Amino acid sequence: MSERLAGWTMGEQAVIFQTCSACGHVQYFHRAFCAACGESNPREQRASGKGRVYATSLVCRAATPEARAHVPYNIVLVDCAEGFRMMAHGEDGLAIGDSVIAGFKPFAGKLVPFFAKEK
Amino acid sequence: MSFITGVGLTSFGKHDGSSSLDLMSQAAQAALDDAGLKRSEIDGILCGYSTVSPHIMLATVFAEHFGIRPSYAHAVQVGGATGLAMTMLAHHLVEAGVARHVLVVAGENRLTGQSRDASIQALAQVGHPDYEVPLGPTIPAYYGLVASRYMHEYGVTEQDLAEFAVLMRAHACTHPGAQFHDPITVADVMASKPVAMPLKLLDCCPVSDGGAAFVISRERTGEAGVRIRGCAQAHTHQHVTAAPALSKLGAEISIARAKEAAGIAISDVRYAAIYDSFTITLAMLLEDLGLAGRGEAAARVRSGHFGRDGAMPLNTHGGLLSYGHCGVGGAMAHLVEAHLQMTGRASTRQVRDASIALLHGDGGVLSSHVSMFLERVA
Repeated sequence: MSERLAGWTMGEQAVIFQTCSACGHVQYFHRAFCAACGESNPREQRASGKGRVYATSLVCRAATPEARAHVPYNIVLVDCAEGFRMMAHGEDGLAIGDSVIAGFKPFAGKLVPFFAKEK
Repeated sequence: MSFITGVGLTSFGKHDGSSSLDLMSQAAQAALDDAGLKRSEIDGILCGYSTVSPHIMLATVFAEHFGIRPSYAHAVQVGGATGLAMTMLAHHLVEAGVARHVLVVAGENRLTGQSRDASIQALAQVGHPDYEVPLGPTIPAYYGLVASRYMHEYGVTEQDLAEFAVLMRAHACTHPGAQFHDPITVADVMASKPVAMPLKLLDCCPVSDGGAAFVISRERTGEAGVRIRGCAQAHTHQHVTAAPALSKLGAEISIARAKEAAGIAISDVRYAAIYDSFTITLAMLLEDLGLAGRGEAAARVRSGHFGRDGAMPLNTHGGLLSYGHCGVGGAMAHLVEAHLQMTGRASTRQVRDASIALLHGDGGVLSSHVSMFLERVA
């Protein structure tokens, strides 16, 4: 199996996704196989970070002391240009359909993807 | 064929000093008494889970505690859909001849047994451990995301959602066992503290202590005959990030399968018992199930359609939003109330006709769905 590219879940400033070499299925959650057809070793790539806002929710009540320090924070689902959806943080006031670009911000002791409106 | 021969429900709210096993036992005893059965006649046990007292073998822990040696027992975990999933399994077990009387039970001291933070944190773990949970979402945030999208696609407003909270509270005010008895208005919901926008405190179900139980039997044990006419499930995803488009969610799939299994149309239904963890959950499910047109459920609330005297009485006990939510037992209260309605025992809440009921449960973030039709037989 090819070596795993490190993305933000592993501490790097990158969003990584996978594409199946057999059926072309695109997936965001890392697996050793394609969830659509079962083919092993999907190809890993770094995403452009561009996308469109699918949904938003401004969290005003957090459950842990670490998260509470950041309240309120905007949780967003973004449809990325490469064809997968991801959860991230986003600027306040982002609206569904906005074109956005990913950066990274510290949150509760980790670096997390943070989407801002594309200028 | 299978019958729901007995139901039991505790009040929801604070049960200081009661453990999960205490609340399960209380509900189970009530269900047995209702069915007119002794412990020795129960040969199957299905139970939910307790986030306060997790155990890898909760069904046998309960069986030993309660004093039953069943020939079939295990726990079931499908989040909020667990109660109906257990009922569906019990239905198939008695139909297949595996057991004669299956006790379905759940209970949890979720309010007094742990902090509210602990509850919120435990539940947020339905999110993806690597790709979602580190972002600090909560269950209300997962549903807040869905709500923002649903409102965007179908023109539903926050005021629309508030109507469901107001209705559930009005119903709870007529049930002595409900956690909340103070009437609320749309303005109260709008002014309540923001939790995960667009959801505010009164759009969210509370954390409760409580328990619920039923007995599912091959034959009826008394006069009242409430039969499980047909049921089905659908599971499309676990994590909200991986959820399909709004038009392809599991509720529509499971209700189509249940209608086919039961040979029943939505127009036959006289009473609705629908999962309502948040106002958005109830609004979406009513529309997904065909109990209201797309984007029209709130208008139906306003016109009295879902009230006790309306054409489709809904969650007349107050639902999760106002009767309360003690985990698995929370949505089981919907079935208990449906049973009371179908057997003419709902006192001041009694509806005119509950001859056919539709029940629907949702687990995760609209991830797991169970639809079920119950029918009163003379």
